[in-house]
Amino acid sequence: MAATYEYRTCPDTGFKIDLNADKLIKWNAVSAVVFLLIGGFFGLLVALTRWPTVHLLDAELFYLALTAHGVDILLVWLIFFEMALLYFCSSVLLQCRLATPKFGWLAYWLMLGGAAMGNVAVLMGESSVMFTSYVPMKASPLFYLGLILFAVGALIVCFVFFGTLVIAKKEKTYEGSVPLVTFGAIVAAIIAVYTIVSGAVILIPTLAWSLGLIPYIDTLLYKVIWWGLGHSSQQINVSAQIACWYAVAAIVFGAKPISEKVCRTAFLMYILFLQLASAHHLLVEPGLTSEFKIFNTSYAFYLAVFGSMMHGLTVPGAMELAQRRKGYTKGLFEWLRKAPWGNPAFSGTFLSIVIFGFLGGITGVVMGTEQLNLIMHNTIYVPGHFHATTAGGTTLAFMALSYWLVPTLWQRELWAPGLAKIQPYLFGIGVTGIALFQMGAGTLGVSRRHWDMTFADATLTYDYPAAAHLMMALNGVFAIIAAIGGGLFCIQMVLTIIGKKKAAPAEAPAAPAAEALTGHGHGAGLAVPGTFVLALIFLTTFVLYYFVNWKYLSEVWILS
Amino acid sequence: MAIFPPSEKVWWNEPVERTEALWIGICLVWAMILFFMMPYWHIVGQQNLSNEAYKIPLADQGAESDPSQRFVGEAYEAKVEAYVAANTIREEGDTGIPVVKATDSGDVYMLGRLWDWYPILELEKGKSYRFHLSSLDWLHGWSLQPTNINIQVHPGYEMIFNVTPTETGEFGVVCNEFCGIGHHNMLGKIYVK
Repeated sequence: MAATYEYRTCPDTGFKIDLNADKLIKWNAVSAVVFLLIGGFFGLLVALTRWPTVHLLDAELFYLALTAHGVDILLVWLIFFEMALLYFCSSVLLQCRLATPKFGWLAYWLMLGGAAMGNVAVLMGESSVMFTSYVPMKASPLFYLGLILFAVGALIVCFVFFGTLVIAKKEKTYEGSVPLVTFGAIVAAIIAVYTIVSGAVILIPTLAWSLGLIPYIDTLLYKVIWWGLGHSSQQINVSAQIACWYAVAAIVFGAKPISEKVCRTAFLMYILFLQLASAHHLLVEPGLTSEFKIFNTSYAFYLAVFGSMMHGLTVPGAMELAQRRKGYTKGLFEWLRKAPWGNPAFSGTFLSIVIFGFLGGITGVVMGTEQLNLIMHNTIYVPGHFHATTAGGTTLAFMALSYWLVPTLWQRELWAPGLAKIQPYLFGIGVTGIALFQMGAGTLGVSRRHWDMTFADATLTYDYPAAAHLMMALNGVFAIIAAIGGGLFCIQMVLTIIGKKKAAPAEAPAAPAAEALTGHGHGAGLAVPGTFVLALIFLTTFVLYYFVNWKYLSEVWILS
Repeated sequence: MAIFPPSEKVWWNEPVERTEALWIGICLVWAMILFFMMPYWHIVGQQNLSNEAYKIPLADQGAESDPSQRFVGEAYEAKVEAYVAANTIREEGDTGIPVVKATDSGDVYMLGRLWDWYPILELEKGKSYRFHLSSLDWLHGWSLQPTNINIQVHPGYEMIFNVTPTETGEFGVVCNEFCGIGHHNMLGKIYVK
């Protein structure tokens, strides 16, 4: 028998929402947006400093801003938002009460306190050690402690999430299997546990070392374990972001996965193999063998990449199928042309898929190839890649979902629907430019995390090609566009939340269990030919770019 | 819909659609090609990073002095100084930085420290060298420009790789791992005749 709990019924969706979950989702999501604003601002300062003719900050402030940008965006913004998603995908989607809400609040305050502590440590100027905080460079103990508290909070949320799944199963609030989106969230949560444990294993001794309790931490050991945190936390993002893609496809189009089996198997590949990617950061390190590098960097025969390529087909495929059922069947692409490009939930999601796949995915694989890494490691190509994945992919996917989630959850009208229409494009174009020009500059050898590419104060001299300077300037220009896009999102969300109440919907909401679209034809031909053509374009780009880089590599000095 | 439980209770029995089946096949083949390329390049390619590295024993890292400074590669520094003393051919302009040729056995040494690469090397095109590389203090990134070869340098680890320059000229060695406030001034140089 189901236990009683306080809930409200969402007037738009008919979902029963546990009041505790409701509040926790809202607080986590708002905190996320606040840190996106702070972290994004630091990012803009960084980009303007790396624009050679602008060169905004002095060196000390630059390294400080870069550290804050990395921590606030890569950890705080993304993980806070993911916590909101975990509550949503468990309690709301499964229509059940939230497990141990008090622990949810404990976790929230731990995370907020940790994030604040980390920021204070960085702003005091004693902890400009970058997001990665490689030993033996030492930050103030407050910095490590802040990160640890934040991570412990996130770990607690994962267990509240798992507890909620158990409650839903026990109280039979759903039939059969969990929804695909919840399945994706489960994958994200499992990876999160692994990630946070790796973080604890390395950050707790590092804290002890910064307090003088441990004399020495091996630098290679640190890097191997730290990237179990650093890279795996990006795998939480990937899983969460793909869950968002499926959610938006369902919400906007009423889309149903082409087949549950394929989507879920693709997610399973993530649990099995994604964590090996710690090795992506260790390909030009001394003391590790080629066998270790090859097996790990390929996520065991590229089976995790295989998983991502499946999602790349099945998400737009589900949209295409739904559109074709609505009658958009002309040619290969009528379904896409007639898609709601003015709806930011859709446009944001579609841009996220394209940017993540074409810019983030392909370059990630290229860069993570044992030998190819030699011509890219630690150049600004690396941030080019991960801006495409975390900003263009994850952040944009989260923004897109927010355009539906925030007005629905808060029951508010969007503050400025006109701005909402263009915001995903602004941010998407900005991030695309950032990614492309950083990668371009990186190909010309420009270093990442570097204050002065002219080496004005160095004893010796080295001049990067003029094209590299131009690309760093263009990176600055597109960072401004992305910052405007990101800023508009944050303002939109805040003003929507404190803004006008939504009018009650004209008609009673459809019962959520209604299955608008079921099955797909198994007649002759392909069910989603348009998506298949897009997938082939993607594959062609991938193959060409991959082998172009082998060509580049073959032209550098001989190494053995 | 993906936000509701699947309509089929046992979704595993749903048939896989033809587009998906086709794409699965293509992706598996591509995944195998991606994997195959790395071992393949070890056999036919000429750009493979060596696996040769030595941990500099802790005892040689100043263990008796300040334990927090154990990572300082004093042993490696001594080795580089001996190499420089024996093989210096000239000084770089008025900077006082030695320009050093390879030993008779073809060994060259470089060290990274806050904030320079030391010493400057002079190599010959087409000749193969055993290149020794380590750091005296923090992590550094050895980035040969404009060739764009990038190798991570750890304190406490001496990495040795074989290198053959394929072009002549003056090459910069940038540091591309953040190493504190002087990071952007950390430059080195390699001449190839």
